Amino acid sequence: MSAAPGSIPRWVDIGLIPLVNIALAFFVSGIILWTIDVDPFAAVEIILFGAFGYDEAIGYTLYYTTNFVFTGLAVAVAFHAGLFNIGGEGQAYIGGLGVGLGILLVDSTLPFVLILPLSILLAAAFGAGWAAIPAYLQAYRGSHIVITTIMFNFIASALMVYLMVNILIQPGSMSPESREFAPSGHLPFIHEVFGWFGMQVTPSPLNLSVVWAAICCVLVWAFIWRTRWGYQIRTVGANETAAIYAGIDPRRVIMLAMAVSGALAGFVGINEVMGVHHRLLLNFTAGYGFTGIAVSLMGRNHPVGIVLASLLFGMLYQGGAELAFEEPKVTRELVVTIQGLVILFSGALAFMMKGPIERAYLRIAGGFQRPAGQEG
Amino acid sequence: MSHQQESQEQHAGPPGDAGAAPAIELRSINKAFGPVQANKDVSLNIRPGSIHGIIGENGAGKSTLMSILYGFYEADSGEILIAGVPTRIRSSNDAIAAGIGMVHQHFMLVDNMSVVENIMLGAESGAILTSSVAAARAELERLERDYDLEVDPDALAGDLPVGQQQRVEILKALYRGADILILDEPTGVLTPQETDQLFRILDSLRQQGVTIVLITHKLQEIMAVTDHVSVMRGGEMIAHRRTGETSKEELAELMVGRKVLLRVDKAAPQAGETVLALESLTFVDRVGVKRVDNVSFSVRAGEIVGIAGVSGNGQSELLDLLSGIRPISAGRFAMMGQMFSAAHPLDPATMRDLKVAHVPEDRLRSGLVRTFAAEESAILGYHNDPAYNGRVLMNQEVIHEDCARKMADFDVRPPNASLKTANFSGGNQQKLILAREISRGPRLLLVGQPTRGVDIGAIEFIHRNIIAMRDSGSAVLLVSVELEEIMSLSDRIVVMFEGRIVGELPAHEANERLLGLMMANAAPERGEEAQPAAAAPEAPGA
Repeated sequence: MSAAPGSIPRWVDIGLIPLVNIALAFFVSGIILWTIDVDPFAAVEIILFGAFGYDEAIGYTLYYTTNFVFTGLAVAVAFHAGLFNIGGEGQAYIGGLGVGLGILLVDSTLPFVLILPLSILLAAAFGAGWAAIPAYLQAYRGSHIVITTIMFNFIASALMVYLMVNILIQPGSMSPESREFAPSGHLPFIHEVFGWFGMQVTPSPLNLSVVWAAICCVLVWAFIWRTRWGYQIRTVGANETAAIYAGIDPRRVIMLAMAVSGALAGFVGINEVMGVHHRLLLNFTAGYGFTGIAVSLMGRNHPVGIVLASLLFGMLYQGGAELAFEEPKVTRELVVTIQGLVILFSGALAFMMKGPIERAYLRIAGGFQRPAGQEG
Repeated sequence: MSHQQESQEQHAGPPGDAGAAPAIELRSINKAFGPVQANKDVSLNIRPGSIHGIIGENGAGKSTLMSILYGFYEADSGEILIAGVPTRIRSSNDAIAAGIGMVHQHFMLVDNMSVVENIMLGAESGAILTSSVAAARAELERLERDYDLEVDPDALAGDLPVGQQQRVEILKALYRGADILILDEPTGVLTPQETDQLFRILDSLRQQGVTIVLITHKLQEIMAVTDHVSVMRGGEMIAHRRTGETSKEELAELMVGRKVLLRVDKAAPQAGETVLALESLTFVDRVGVKRVDNVSFSVRAGEIVGIAGVSGNGQSELLDLLSGIRPISAGRFAMMGQMFSAAHPLDPATMRDLKVAHVPEDRLRSGLVRTFAAEESAILGYHNDPAYNGRVLMNQEVIHEDCARKMADFDVRPPNASLKTANFSGGNQQKLILAREISRGPRLLLVGQPTRGVDIGAIEFIHRNIIAMRDSGSAVLLVSVELEEIMSLSDRIVVMFEGRIVGELPAHEANERLLGLMMANAAPERGEEAQPAAAAPEAPGA
């Protein structure tokens, strides 16, 4: 009945529980490291130093973070409409294709200031277009979006191989890559930007798309919580019956949410194609789309949480690579295992600790409140 | 007189030396959910072989208390004695072992199993079913004979009428050896005739020595069938009475904590032009069943038309058709002068543009979004209104103030527009919906089950607002399964049965018996009905 369970403050839900989940993941990782005779504390030190210890490390960490922010936001927007978009990988891939095609066509004629907005538009349009097909199938044909989006990852992958090998490959080249873009199609690296102001920073792949990622966080927040379209998306996600009652067409909302979601995932193409590789190539998405699911779950589908979770995964990617390099007993695969444990505990098992922690909180908080009440 | 008082005291306090030990004795039960104290120092004695009513508003702690008794929750402190023996009940198995059976508000039957299979479900002995079925059938026949509970053991549970399904639930409890039966809001889904039958069954069970605990919020049922009644309010047991020594008015006051008007006062209707006219409206569902079958009637400005019927006879679907939620299969209707049909469907947004408001039957499923702040739920359906929106962003301040004003006007408590919708009680959620739909001054209000699960105090408020709508010249179409509500609010009553309209009559010609017969499609020919109508004022508690 209406005997509501005791109110749990928000910081427990969005702060304490994720931290406990990460701590558990690290604890299990520590046991694994200990069994292969690696000092877990030394390993943590290597990871932290490798991720944040010097400017090049920070550059790499933030570069990974940028990708996770895009894919995390993509998953979150779809999630608010009650949709589980696990096709971020394919949408990012096709988004990058859009960026690459656009720049290859115009880099010899247009200046950077026109190419940049064009590329952003193309990344969004291609990503959104790729997401729109599963969205249409879900909204109007009832095909489950989880199945269709994951299949579209494979289709995207196959399509890219075909295009790169047969059509976009640089004539005379053996590797399936396009020609390099002209400088007007390069998004400046952050170390170059610092250079303009006379500051010396060690080169890293971090580029200006990190700024666009930050802007996207604000835009997504405003879109979801401050516009009527976000309101409709959240209504459909939380209660589809109520949405229909309110005159909101869930089919159109599914199309809208998936298009925005795909566009956000497509921005990975800005970072990778325009920002780092300066050419079209294969496999530049490198699993960022899938990690975005864990990022979004861990970040509770909120931009602030997504930024924090992205930083964590950026740190694990970069610091983990350092650990594999520094510590011969730790292989690349073991680093992936640690990342997997973090995803397992903060994603798949995200609510395992919810009950015990909330009960513990109520016991502690109740213990504090009662004597205070008696005094007053 | 002194003897009566004495017995009353004895009834509330610890068991005296007189007679047998109470069937159930609760001593100082406490149960908290976090900071919410759902049961506070609750003590209760229930005599063996009696019918004991427990009443209270929603959230008074009745269901929590019964859940403790049935082992869904364990009390934080306090003692439970069954037939004088301290008993620890940690699961429903413990409760069954102690002889307690529960009949839930929503039946827990497997529709595609026969009655006998349903009854033995969970109590089968051994892996091979044939012998258990035979044993169960024999036992079932004995129970039916002993307690005068007739049900066809081979009928599929899903094919039985609701009243019979409830009997199966009761038989299920008796089959497991229950001599204490807890019934949670048992009459919510029954017609008046089925309710009468249920009360006769309860009476004969009592005569066989079964102890019955009846949880309800309907005062009339308490008066009609119980021997004793206990009143809960705010988690506490605040009064115990012998039913014969109390009245509806006293119980209502005890429940709410203040005087309550049980009757609705209203002036004669000033009916104007027709705002809603249905012509052979029909809705066929996916599996081809005609849920709404050739329905025609009209509603005029300034009158309340009530649709009576047992739950599930097409009223919900009718309301969905008129609010654009379900597609019309055949026929048409004119709403505010515009014609809608299968070829020219209505959608909910258009409906709102026509100044038609809709209070949905199931507020949690469709009227609100539980996870939204109250102010967000308070604009549901009107979220595209330019008043709430800038070019791109919504105007948070306007939305907040708008909700705060509605909360003040409709006495929504707590008056906190930022609080999550789910944290309001059922009555306050309903007030929030009414505020949203009524405060725009609609020309036609479609309202379904306006007071389902709502406290008595809020019912009074909601009824007054619906009447005020009518008096200001709006048309109201009211769907309710509560006959009392239909009779006290409506100016005209339309009765639905299996999707069809089986009768239409002015409210002053209606009485509970006649409507009940019509709802079961067993109404006598016109002319015979004069007699029961004359007998109506004798209804208990009138």
